[in-house]
Amino acid sequence: MLSRVADSLYWMSRYLERAEHTARLLDLTLNLTLDQDASVEVERWQMVLDSLRLPKPEAADAYQLTQYLTFDLRNKDSLVACISAARENAGQIREQISSEMWEHLNQLYLMVRRANIETIYNQPHGYFGPIKEGSHLIQGITDSIMSHGEGWHFIQLGRYIERVGLTTSLLDAHFKSMLKSDKLTAGGQDYISWVALLKSCTSFESYCQTYTADIRPERIAEFLLLNAESPRSVRFAAKTIQTSLETLSRINSKLKPGRAQRYAGRFRATLDYAQVDEIMADNIHNYLENIQRQCGQIHTAVHQQYIAYSVESALAH
Amino acid sequence: MEQQISSITELSKSQAPSFANYELDAAYDEMFEHDGTARAQYRPLFNRLQELAPSELKQRQQTADIAFLNQGITFTVYGNNEGTERIFPYDLLPRIITAEEWTKLEKGLAQRITALNLFLKDIYHEGRILNDGVVPRDLVYSCKHYRREMRGIRIRRDIYVSVVGTDLVRLNDGEFAILEDNLRVPSGVSYMLANRQVMKRVFPGMFSSYNVQPIDHYGQALLSTLRALAPPNRPDPTIVLLTPGVFNSAYYEHTFLARQMGIELVEGRDLIVHDNIVYMRTTGGLRRVDVIYRRVDDDFIDPLTFRPGSILGAPGLFNAYRAGNVALANAPGTGVADDKALYAFVPAIIKYYLDEDPILPNVETYLLSDDKQRRHVLANLDKLVVKAVGESGGYGMLIGPHSTAQEREVFKQLIESDPRNYIAQPTLALSRAPCFIDGRVEARHVDLRPYILYGENITIVPGGLTRVALRRGSLVVNSSQGGGSKDTWVLS
Repeated sequence: MLSRVADSLYWMSRYLERAEHTARLLDLTLNLTLDQDASVEVERWQMVLDSLRLPKPEAADAYQLTQYLTFDLRNKDSLVACISAARENAGQIREQISSEMWEHLNQLYLMVRRANIETIYNQPHGYFGPIKEGSHLIQGITDSIMSHGEGWHFIQLGRYIERVGLTTSLLDAHFKSMLKSDKLTAGGQDYISWVALLKSCTSFESYCQTYTADIRPERIAEFLLLNAESPRSVRFAAKTIQTSLETLSRINSKLKPGRAQRYAGRFRATLDYAQVDEIMADNIHNYLENIQRQCGQIHTAVHQQYIAYSVESALAH
Repeated sequence: MEQQISSITELSKSQAPSFANYELDAAYDEMFEHDGTARAQYRPLFNRLQELAPSELKQRQQTADIAFLNQGITFTVYGNNEGTERIFPYDLLPRIITAEEWTKLEKGLAQRITALNLFLKDIYHEGRILNDGVVPRDLVYSCKHYRREMRGIRIRRDIYVSVVGTDLVRLNDGEFAILEDNLRVPSGVSYMLANRQVMKRVFPGMFSSYNVQPIDHYGQALLSTLRALAPPNRPDPTIVLLTPGVFNSAYYEHTFLARQMGIELVEGRDLIVHDNIVYMRTTGGLRRVDVIYRRVDDDFIDPLTFRPGSILGAPGLFNAYRAGNVALANAPGTGVADDKALYAFVPAIIKYYLDEDPILPNVETYLLSDDKQRRHVLANLDKLVVKAVGESGGYGMLIGPHSTAQEREVFKQLIESDPRNYIAQPTLALSRAPCFIDGRVEARHVDLRPYILYGENITIVPGGLTRVALRRGSLVVNSSQGGGSKDTWVLS
């Protein structure tokens, strides 16, 4: 596979994952802040911005922030910017993805571009809901129609590397803002916020199946970081990343097993043998940062191994 | 002529309200005889159109437009910051060509491409045709598409042009004539294929009631053609399509063809030349490339040989080509044979190499470097069409009858300062075909571009792109100038 193509598949997938995450986060936040008072609302929005690692724009109320996070093309992380970037990457490799994938991504793009803040603000769910569905549809088509060869594994890498970043940032932001108060009463502000965290990771229902509806921060951390079965957990992502890198290395057997694969193996082991009580007792912020750093290493190593290798080293083979 | 116009009006008023605006005059009409009766091959379509309510036609047109938009079959119109994507307008009604007409077209096109290839081989080697004075030497050497770098290079099977899109028009007498040979990087074939797919979706019943010859195998035929060009010592060649990239207006077509053929779509930055071997950069390391179907103009394929600033090609590519390690389709320097001034000599070229009369005639053409012809043209600018020899896409043209005195004055000066750069032709009444416009059927001017492939042998898929000048009365069919297209049916 052309290196440039692999790169575009990877980024298409990352941007799409990010767009879906943003849609879900905004949908929940707008729903949540309906019946909350102003100070909670301000905190909540701050948390959203922190979790997306975005600086707070000036003079921002909920309306302006929704505009900023959804439609503002100067914000490279806005939902529309992400979907445009995903589509642009896909457009450059249109012959590599199935026409169904392209058609649905293109439809999603046309849909998000047609709307603006005035048309959606009173009915946000009517806008964000179909975006999530559109993203799920594209992923479903990707998994069920595209052959699970090299290109598909680059898509997997993009999706799960991005997911690790988004989930850990979200967890970090929640723990930062919530650990100030340690009391958790059912129906209280904090309770609602923790539930929202699970829902932003589409994990509320599977959490309940594992732990019952008894909501505890430690268990949430355990579920989102260390659960072996949930595709939303970081551990699951680490496993997928490692599998994909092993397959890629096998397909391109000319190359020596590279750095990326070793980093991924270590990353997976870190999560396979971690204990949530130790993480909590130590410092969850540091732990999450460490995970993000490891993920960043994998990203860089993949790029150097498959995309931007030097011609001299390749000719020597 | 007045009588003919009224006869169709009478006919359509009684039978088909949607034909009320249909124009019929001296120009050949694809659907109707001069007396207003439908031609045999169009009769079932004509009858069907009278049954269908305009609202239903409209709805089918919308279905078709949405199919194009969703598939992203668009071209980009620049002007504002973002660049707007538009669909290439698709007209609902098919253009129908009979088997008999097609057989003649096929023979004529094959004859022409054979002769032009022999001509290209000759002028880049011994130049017999120039020594014999059949084609003026200075006309060839002064052409801006002549590539002196191609002198003496032997290429596989001596095939210079393997992909051609020839523009034909149908004149008043119903005969097809060649308007232009596009021998460099002709485009539009993806629209031919997409139009057919949409047609089958929108009018399945009518399509199956006609015996239309299939065109879907174009991708395979192109692949075999390219494979035939591979260096002989590469039995399992790697074939790629070289595109200028996503910002090229034909990018959709490049991706479409690459997928149809199952080959890599590469950009210049994916290619590396080392020791006269071309490689592409893949995730598994560097991989050797044997045949390049390039959709990048000559000027840009290799900054070391041609335009130095180009980043669309690969440095060193031409040397690898010269060494015979990679094939290029089409070869560099083929543009000399589709120069509009050289066009006038194609009948003589066919006679010279094949000793045959041309099966498909040329359009009468005045060479402006000839003093006598130039005087005649300058005196009759308001009746003629003037074209710059190296331009395409409908640019650099003067259409005399539709021009202002000021425009004619500009062209007069242009011609006098550089006569070699212009030719003139009579204003042709292109044939008209029925088109679905604003809820009615109206007549619009059309041309025809079939696609010819030349590898081990010559293949022409039965069909082509029928381009339509959608503006009433307009003779310009180019997509950049308000043109559209329609499906083209060749009956079996």
